[in-house]
Amino acid sequence: MAVFPSTAAAQARNKPRRPRSQRAAYLFIAPIAIGFAVFYIWPLLQTFYFSFTSFGVFGGNSWIGGENYERVLQDVTVGRALLNTLLYTVMGLITLPVSIIIAELLNRPGLRGVAIYRALYFLPFVTLPAAIGLLWNWLYNGDYGLINEVLSWIGIDGRYWVSDPTTAAYAIGLVMIWSHVGYYLIIFLAGIKAIPRDYYEAAELDGAGPVRRFVRITLPLLSPSIFFTSVISVITSLQAFDLIYIMMSQRNPALGSTQSIVTLFYKWAFEENAQGPAAALAFLLMLLIAALTFLQFRLQKRWVHYA
Amino acid sequence: MHRRSFLAGALAAAPAALGATACGNGADSTAGSGGRTQLSYGMWDPLQVPGMQKIMKAFEAEHPGITVKLQVIPFAQYWTTLKTSMRGGSAPDVFWMNAPNLRLYASNDTLEPLGEHIRRDGFDMGVHPEELVGIYSYEGEHYGMPKDFDTIGLWYNKELFDRAKVPYPDESWTWETVYDAARELTDPKGSVYGIAAEMQGQYCYYNSIPQAGGYVIRDGKSGFAEPETIEGLRFWTGLVDRGWSPTASAMTDTSGRQLYISEKVAMNYDLSAMASMMYAAPGIKDHGGVAVLPKGRKRATTIHGLANVISAKSPHTEAAWKLVKFMGSKKAAEIQAREGVTISSYTGTQDAWVKSMPEFDLKVFIDMLDYAVPYPHSTYTQAWENLQYQLLGSSWTGHGDGIAKASRTLAQQMDLVLEREN
Repeated sequence: MAVFPSTAAAQARNKPRRPRSQRAAYLFIAPIAIGFAVFYIWPLLQTFYFSFTSFGVFGGNSWIGGENYERVLQDVTVGRALLNTLLYTVMGLITLPVSIIIAELLNRPGLRGVAIYRALYFLPFVTLPAAIGLLWNWLYNGDYGLINEVLSWIGIDGRYWVSDPTTAAYAIGLVMIWSHVGYYLIIFLAGIKAIPRDYYEAAELDGAGPVRRFVRITLPLLSPSIFFTSVISVITSLQAFDLIYIMMSQRNPALGSTQSIVTLFYKWAFEENAQGPAAALAFLLMLLIAALTFLQFRLQKRWVHYA
Repeated sequence: MHRRSFLAGALAAAPAALGATACGNGADSTAGSGGRTQLSYGMWDPLQVPGMQKIMKAFEAEHPGITVKLQVIPFAQYWTTLKTSMRGGSAPDVFWMNAPNLRLYASNDTLEPLGEHIRRDGFDMGVHPEELVGIYSYEGEHYGMPKDFDTIGLWYNKELFDRAKVPYPDESWTWETVYDAARELTDPKGSVYGIAAEMQGQYCYYNSIPQAGGYVIRDGKSGFAEPETIEGLRFWTGLVDRGWSPTASAMTDTSGRQLYISEKVAMNYDLSAMASMMYAAPGIKDHGGVAVLPKGRKRATTIHGLANVISAKSPHTEAAWKLVKFMGSKKAAEIQAREGVTISSYTGTQDAWVKSMPEFDLKVFIDMLDYAVPYPHSTYTQAWENLQYQLLGSSWTGHGDGIAKASRTLAQQMDLVLEREN
């Protein structure tokens, strides 16, 4: 049966046509959307699938149900890694007040060379974690390290900071703080700049000192930035890997007290041929991150002021 | 500019690499030009390349139709590379294997069983130490031809012993003698320690555990909860707690071996394979010595050795077996012994090695074969060895958890790993 060209054209006209601009929008988000699907969504689904399989070292998976999850929950090292990770998270959050104070100091009217300070503080953030880890390992070195050398000038006996189980996690946490201050600093500097000067002038007229102005004006008006950075900081700390991996050698006796969830995951997946349990662990970590982020969003109503 | 040229390079290299592997496979599956078979031989130790080249030359002289190409992969990447190439089917035909990995590979059918070849050619496996042949057997089948071996000895520094007026170690020594000597030899002023009690399996507690009557693994179960095993561990932690050894924290950057060579510790348990390294250190060559391991309840030392194995995917199984058989022969063992890097496993060929360093009494390493205990291993050896560092490490720092509790936790965790093997 022949279709009359006029009918076909009429049908096409009757279809609701998307405006051109909308189609263009899809084209614009296509690169990121495809990238996201290929590099995030697909691996996520795969990991979820692998977490229910026994992963053949030389290929071939077999379905084993929830066994991997059972193993993760029974494992003592998982509990310890979780505690260490939470310690890193708390230390990561300490970065925020440190950055705010530095931002406030850099924001003092009449301070010269702000750009230089900003660059100096930001440098560690753009430096390779591998380089940072190696450098700090030298500083922390128990026999020849600069830190112990300086301590000896004032008569304090040094330690083996990164191989002593009582100090290693804090030593690594300190490096994490140091390398992230610059990033949060930039965000807080911008946040402080956005606060209208009138508030401060009014407060000054009412007799508020610098500390009071900081607590009563800067902090509340900075709270959206603080909220954003605390979400980012918690996620980053829960995924802590690179510095620990670089700074802790295989034979370090502090291994058990510094290992994070992700370094444990790495060990299982890439050294011990336990890809199945590793996938389960990674999936549980994702759930934990999602839960904590959700909680933060719920709590934000209580303390975040959007001016 | 930089980035672009890098990308261009990577793009250009990718097809080239693909092409190379494709060609390699082609040359492998069909005998190369002139009807020759080319075998690839995977190994990790660059120090042994000259020796291996000599052995290959001798092999090629005997078997004109076969050529062998060495493929040296650094140890850090060796197992990852091997696993990947096993999946892709481009693994070397013959390659080095060690005890921790043997069962993982054998149980996944990636290795050619050797039993039939051995029977057909009437090869006598008895020329290699029984413990080594045992390490490379799995479920009653041979998978590897022993190549060399290592035992552990007590290395000591005569000058430090003389200074502390302590008699040199000999076969009469027991654990108590070690403790007494370590106390005498420790000199806080000169920052010299009696011994290096490292948190390390093969050199340290894999020896003291069987000496105490314990075991690391038996019948697929962990032995770390056994009181005797814990006693074997306590031999080391006790030395640290008393201050006669540096702590594990102090030995993370500088190993016990380095401390021994720089004459900061008077005694150190170490591998026979380290003899040539000790020999190269002038001070140690002059006044270093080696003795059998002191006795606990029993005598024991850990024996480990490498073996040559054949890939199950190799298209040249027959030629590969000829190579493996040749490498297990006296001729190859003698070439290897002359190179002085490792002790050949072929019985009776060790003399050349022993005589190559007359200043040291290297014969003790061979004598200890009588009571040598095989390196403990199972399918997922790496997994439970990693656990040792995570769980026992802090007990070696002088202020960590009690070793007994830590060891029992380790036993529990290790059994979880071992469950996965069944």
